[in-house]
Amino acid sequence: MLLLLLQGLNGLQLGILLFLVAAGLTLVFGVMDFINLAHGVQYMLGAYLAAFFASLTGSFWLALLFALPSALAFGLLLEWLVFRHLYDRDHLSQVLATFGVILFLNEGVKALWGSAPLQVPMPALLSGGFEIMPGLQYPIYRIAILGAGLATAGLLWLVVERTKVGMLVRAGATNAPMVAALGVDIRRLFMGVFGFGAMLAGFAGVMAAPILSVEPGMGDNLLILAFVVIVIGGIGSIRGAFLAALMVGLIETLGKSLMPDLMRLFMDPSSARQTGAALASMLIYIAMAAILAVRPAGLFPVRAA
Amino acid sequence: MDQMFFGRRAVLAGATGLAATGLAMPAVHAQATAGLKIGVIAVLTGPAAALGTHLRDGWMLGMKHLDNKLGGVVTESLVIDDELRPDVAVTKVRAALERDKVDVMVGVVFSNVLAAVMRPITENGTFLIGTNAGPSTFAGRGCNPNFFTTSYNNDQVHSVMGQAAQDAGYRRVFVMTPNYQAGRDAVAGFKSRFKGEVVDEVYVPLTQLDFSPELAKIAASRPDAIFTFMPGGLGVNLVRQYRQAGLANIPFLSTFTVDESTLPAQGEAAEGFLAASVWAPNMDNEQNRRFVHDFEGQFNYIPASYAAQSYDAAMLLNSAVGKVRGSLTDKDAFRAAIQAADFNSLRGNFKFGTNHYPVQDFWLCKVEKRADGKFQTATVKKVLENDVDPYAAECRMR
Amino acid sequence: MRRDLPAIAFLLLLAMAPFIGFGEGHQLTLLARSMIFGIGAVSLALLVGGAGLASLGHAAMLGFGAYAVVVLDDAGITSMAIVLPVAMLAAAGFALLTGVIAIRTSGVHFIMITLAFGQMAYFTAASLSAYGGDDGYTLYGRTEVFGTRLLENRLAFHYVCLGALTFTWGLCRLLLASRFGRVLRAARENELRVQAVGFSPYPYRLVAYVIAGALGGLAGVLLANSAEFIAPSYLSWQRSGELLFMVILGGLGGLHGAMIGALVFMGLEEWLPHLLGEHWRLVFGPLLILSVLFLRGGLVGLPASLRGIGRG
Repeated sequence: MLLLLLQGLNGLQLGILLFLVAAGLTLVFGVMDFINLAHGVQYMLGAYLAAFFASLTGSFWLALLFALPSALAFGLLLEWLVFRHLYDRDHLSQVLATFGVILFLNEGVKALWGSAPLQVPMPALLSGGFEIMPGLQYPIYRIAILGAGLATAGLLWLVVERTKVGMLVRAGATNAPMVAALGVDIRRLFMGVFGFGAMLAGFAGVMAAPILSVEPGMGDNLLILAFVVIVIGGIGSIRGAFLAALMVGLIETLGKSLMPDLMRLFMDPSSARQTGAALASMLIYIAMAAILAVRPAGLFPVRAA
Repeated sequence: MDQMFFGRRAVLAGATGLAATGLAMPAVHAQATAGLKIGVIAVLTGPAAALGTHLRDGWMLGMKHLDNKLGGVVTESLVIDDELRPDVAVTKVRAALERDKVDVMVGVVFSNVLAAVMRPITENGTFLIGTNAGPSTFAGRGCNPNFFTTSYNNDQVHSVMGQAAQDAGYRRVFVMTPNYQAGRDAVAGFKSRFKGEVVDEVYVPLTQLDFSPELAKIAASRPDAIFTFMPGGLGVNLVRQYRQAGLANIPFLSTFTVDESTLPAQGEAAEGFLAASVWAPNMDNEQNRRFVHDFEGQFNYIPASYAAQSYDAAMLLNSAVGKVRGSLTDKDAFRAAIQAADFNSLRGNFKFGTNHYPVQDFWLCKVEKRADGKFQTATVKKVLENDVDPYAAECRMR
Repeated sequence: MRRDLPAIAFLLLLAMAPFIGFGEGHQLTLLARSMIFGIGAVSLALLVGGAGLASLGHAAMLGFGAYAVVVLDDAGITSMAIVLPVAMLAAAGFALLTGVIAIRTSGVHFIMITLAFGQMAYFTAASLSAYGGDDGYTLYGRTEVFGTRLLENRLAFHYVCLGALTFTWGLCRLLLASRFGRVLRAARENELRVQAVGFSPYPYRLVAYVIAGALGGLAGVLLANSAEFIAPSYLSWQRSGELLFMVILGGLGGLHGAMIGALVFMGLEEWLPHLLGEHWRLVFGPLLILSVLFLRGGLVGLPASLRGIGRG
């Protein structure tokens, strides 16, 4: 039972990490109707920037301090160079162009920092852990990720629901031409949302760097998961992204630990482990297909059909 | 049959729209000075590129030490990025064989790529010297007269850890590998020599990021030790999270999980963790000291076994080409010359078995911190001596 | 008929290619691969350009075709007369099963749901340990045509691929020109209007999806025979993405765009590494971006764009 609770906690934590990546993606998608495949490499860039600044300064906190504005600046640069020319284009053109960005950045970090994985030291303040069950430490850093993610989610909610900018963003997600017609500088709004989304992805990368391997292509699989999250949640919906991220995190984590045991009811242990593991990998896709089959626009659709 | 249609390329090519696609690659590589041409197959794309880089750099250092000559013949190396995609590898390898007229192929990090390129290379009558991937398929029934490897049969390495666990007197071991063929083979290999209880076998997806669910399982089952095989980034994530979860007091037995390709990212988290290998940077012989010293000097990182095995391949080919006086036309003579393995391996003890896989010693290694603060694996003790791989008996070399 | 000229010219060029400087073995291999992905891309273009359905799971169709070759090979069946229909039926069956659900969605949701089904197929293939699992499966002989080893001859294989590509293009072209195709395209432009005149687009789209799946299966059979090796990576979402990029790169102005897109994409992948070395993607990426920014309508739109510049 304790094990199950612990797995639940782990699932929540993966979900929070996913949310940080998915939040920016769903905002950009929802507000600008722009498919940004390059969102995953922005997460990777955050991690690399953290590794770079950490090796320069020797401190995680300074690395975080420098990495965030750099990620923001880089996001704005990309917006200015590439993305803003794509807003009025169809989704497929956006997909192709942002794929070009992925190729470039994945190769770029390899050319700059080499192909070997890098490491970011864990901040001394947050290393260590407390004993959650005999023999198992739960690292404080993971609690910190959980906290930082929840704080970010709360902040986002406040901004989006309670401020004027947030109102514009919500209005933009529902009906962008109308907002523009009301005299709002939609370009600046777009640029702001985009830079903010890039920074969120970068923040997720920085937070993940001390526990995950920093390597080229690390954003690619996460990107797919993030897309699953925003589609399940309903495109453009922060609330949907949050709930869907937690759901995907839980399904992924609990599925992996329960599936093999479940399969053991039907087959012999060794094939149960393998089929169980294969099924567990598929579980979130099965869930997504099932949800889209019942609710084709996701759980919390924003845009009026 | 393919020779029938040699075209007058380039003349007309410019006129056709196809030229833009580069299909009419001018034969830049084909006009090198008369000598040997070696294709070096290494993955240089994606997260696995770190391993391919080791492999390539090891070969390159070998060629540098040999003054770019194999057996006295001027040699050109052609690096081929297999992208870890089998069909891409086949296409590129065929181009290297037919367009660039490569004389010998070396390299290949992953067994799925090896399986894909095996037929195109060997059926072309070209020799392939594997320097890492060593699946049991090609050690047993699928053994091939034109294929040698300077590495090992994968199963052997895993079984070494099984033996080490047995020797250490562990009774209950927790086993965890990725859910794919090599992962399942690793479990089988470990179990072949470990006779105690396997508390649980856990298979994780190859894309796994967060190991906390598995770490909780490990803590709950309180094993004497864990055995794991987590190549590349998987191993980086696991090792760091294992340490962070405070589980490091449970001995960490591993294969291809902590080595010099991942230690830069694992650092202190891996200190004291165990690995099985045929080679380690601290091996005390003259050629190895020179190899490690020059490698670090040139590439600024510590070589892993991928590099050492490729370096050995360069020395092996150097000896073989020398024996046949630079002429590779007599395949049987060249094959015998390779089989003789008349070179000083970085591992010291090295000879080929009947199935063209090495008969060699296997070591238990431990991650240690060097005086300069970098991390490397170091030999602890010899576990198996002159070990012949278990599939050799099934091989009937035609 | 004039619309078809570029496509016919392109196919003729491919037919002549072995005699005008592309006759060497590795060139034929690369051309064959380009044509095979061309088949995949054209069948995908039927969906994207014709029906407005951008699938990010099309590689699974090729995978079904390729794995049909493997499963039958393992059972000792290597005759094309059995392999081809089985492969195409298997892919069509998978398309039907998944299409029934996927077609209910549209736009980005369709992209994602096809991705989901593709991933399920991928993980299934990777868990088939009888066929090598993740390591893949080596074919020790190509599929036999009427008991002969015709496909082993590269030149013959070239023309088989060309024939299959021509067939695929012709079939999709006829479909799009027919009443069926007009309904598809009309539904893409304006779904409500089509419904208003009494058509439900759903069955039309489903049929198109199944046909595209079967043609993907055809490409899969050829792909397996070309590489003589099958691995789950054929079904990965990255491969589906590449097929989609070929279609977009070529342009949706006609089905021949997909063929040209496939050839150029494969060609650049082959040529740039030779020209630029290890970090060739630093150039390839920006090239893709520039092609989107400046080649509206893809490569087939190039002449029109140039004329536009000329008129100033």
